[in-house]
Amino acid sequence: MSFVSYLINGISLGSVYAIIALGYTMVYGIAKMLNFAHGDVIMMGAYVIFLAVSTMGMSPLVGVLAAVVVCTLLGMTIERVAYKPLRGASPLAVLITAIGVSYLLQNIALLLFGANTKAFTSVVGVPALRLAEGQLVISGETMVTIVSCIVIMVGLTTFIKKTKAGQAMLAVSEDRGAATLMGINVNGTIALTFAIGSALAAIAGALLCSAYPSLTPYTGAMPGIKAFVAAVFGGIGSIPGAMIGGILLGVIENLSKAYISSQLSDAIVFSVLIVVLLVKPTGILGKKINEKV
Amino acid sequence: MKKTVSMVLAAAMLASLTACSGSSSTSTTAADTTAAAETTAASAETTAAAAGTESKDGTFKIGAIGPSTGGAAVYGIAVKEGAELAIQEINAAGGINGYQVEYNFQDDENDVEKSINAYNTLKDWGMQMLVGTTTSNPCISVAAESKNDNLFQITPSGSAVECVENDNVFRVCFSDPDQGAASAQYIGEHKLASKIGIIYDSSSVYSTGIMDKFTAEAANQGLEIVSSEAFTAETNTDFTTQLQKAKDGGAELVFLPIYYTEASLILKQADQMGFKPAFFGCDGMDGILQVENFDTSLAEDLMLLTPFVADAQDELTQNFVKAYEAAYGSTPIQFAADAYDGVYAIKAAAEDANLTPDMSVSDLCEGLKASMTKIKIDGLTGLDMTWNAAGEPEKAPKAMKIVDGVYTAMD
Repeated sequence: MSFVSYLINGISLGSVYAIIALGYTMVYGIAKMLNFAHGDVIMMGAYVIFLAVSTMGMSPLVGVLAAVVVCTLLGMTIERVAYKPLRGASPLAVLITAIGVSYLLQNIALLLFGANTKAFTSVVGVPALRLAEGQLVISGETMVTIVSCIVIMVGLTTFIKKTKAGQAMLAVSEDRGAATLMGINVNGTIALTFAIGSALAAIAGALLCSAYPSLTPYTGAMPGIKAFVAAVFGGIGSIPGAMIGGILLGVIENLSKAYISSQLSDAIVFSVLIVVLLVKPTGILGKKINEKV
Repeated sequence: MKKTVSMVLAAAMLASLTACSGSSSTSTTAADTTAAAETTAASAETTAAAAGTESKDGTFKIGAIGPSTGGAAVYGIAVKEGAELAIQEINAAGGINGYQVEYNFQDDENDVEKSINAYNTLKDWGMQMLVGTTTSNPCISVAAESKNDNLFQITPSGSAVECVENDNVFRVCFSDPDQGAASAQYIGEHKLASKIGIIYDSSSVYSTGIMDKFTAEAANQGLEIVSSEAFTAETNTDFTTQLQKAKDGGAELVFLPIYYTEASLILKQADQMGFKPAFFGCDGMDGILQVENFDTSLAEDLMLLTPFVADAQDELTQNFVKAYEAAYGSTPIQFAADAYDGVYAIKAAAEDANLTPDMSVSDLCEGLKASMTKIKIDGLTGLDMTWNAAGEPEKAPKAMKIVDGVYTAMD
């Protein structure tokens, strides 16, 4: 019974990683850049919800919607101001800029909200599920996180496959130059990608802080890195890959904590990543890249 | 146009990064202005006492360091206010050896580097003795600096063994091994539980220090440790696995030798799991009721080992609590009492050694060091407190419990 409970906790943690990883993988797949500020957009979203719900007394749903709006605008602004001017620059310059934006957001949050830890009120109203005479408890946050993760993944896949804007994204990710020649607005498509990625960040922020209710300006940093690992694990650029990578990462982390050593859990997670990348360098669902000669 | 935008952004980023490292020095306190204002009040006495000497400004300068922002802010703020209150009282009563005391507190955010910066800022200000630092990891680094300068340091709450390794550093609180052993003894003697689970922070010297000694002493007390699980500063949000292992092991009591920020999450997650053991913490647990937006009903029946209880009936505690509440509008926690006692220890030692502010930092330190082992003070955190040459205090621990959202003394 305790194995099932470890597994469920792992899946719950993994689903949060997966939602964050979806944002990473989308932006990487389409704009071919690592948006290291993604974790900090999540933190900003969580602060918006905290202010709306705990300080101003709005309903959790309104709070989440406000966070989605704020994060979308924030993501598009970051893209417009920091990344767009560097579109033709080397990938390394863009990467450093992204790290800079990440520090900028953390310090803005320190300035605005202070460094004190805030206890986040859960936005999930679903009661916990008690099975096997209270031996197995599945919290409402866990269920909502897993369901949202699946809904978002299916929604995103459908959006990319069925809509015109989604097809434009696919085209841009395949070949940016050719897409421009075909009359696709590349800048608009990338801006849309950032908008969707950042809206997902707001939802990830709500779920992350509901499951682990402590909020500081550094809340997004570590889950952001873990989610990046999950995205690479599952094959960066692949949407189902991010989901599988995230959930596997969460499960491995929790099971190694439970059965091997709670001190070594991170070391084990990263060792597994190294092994996977040695065997399959593009990740579990990654596409094989043919080197052009 | 594009260039200007990116230049502005780069400049903003640079500014934010430098602001990050410099924030501890910019957050100057209102405390030194109040202390300075009071200096003039009793200046007549100061000049009278200093008449024979060629003193530069005729005041003792006491600095303090602690995290007044960040995850351990409750401790730093308490230290800041406790020391400030003691210094105001001392100044009102005529100062130390007739000299007024100036006070300056600097924030270190519980960060080693920022703590060293804060120490250097205070040195530039002219600090002669240091009450600090508040938390263990920064304290160890600052103690190395103060050793080089031979500056007298008394930490209110730096409980790691290494904090007082140098002979110029003393402490007011118990050391980690003492806390760990005392916790195990308390649980054993009061028969609170026989099966114990432990959750500790393996990246903190404070937490591992207590855990090691607790585990060793638990065997002597006939306590069975059913699970001993770690987390680190990087994995300090999800405790479900550690709690589940304690639950599966049948733990009746979970020992939490950690800081209150993580403890508040553990209480919440245990509640979500429907796991209801007794929880027992050490001095790092103090402050849990002050976490913003925390549901304090989760902390009901939480026990912690601490040398100070605000509802104790003795006159000293009652007066201190009354004055503290009037000045800062909150009930003092143990850290405030530790800092208060620390300042009075400096006063007692300085009077014993007959020190004056015109002496060099090093001479002051030698004088205080020699006198610390001779003095005996009745402090808030213990009656008849004495210090040994190793810098450790000798006093008896007390335990308390949270009942109806307030700290209440246990027998």
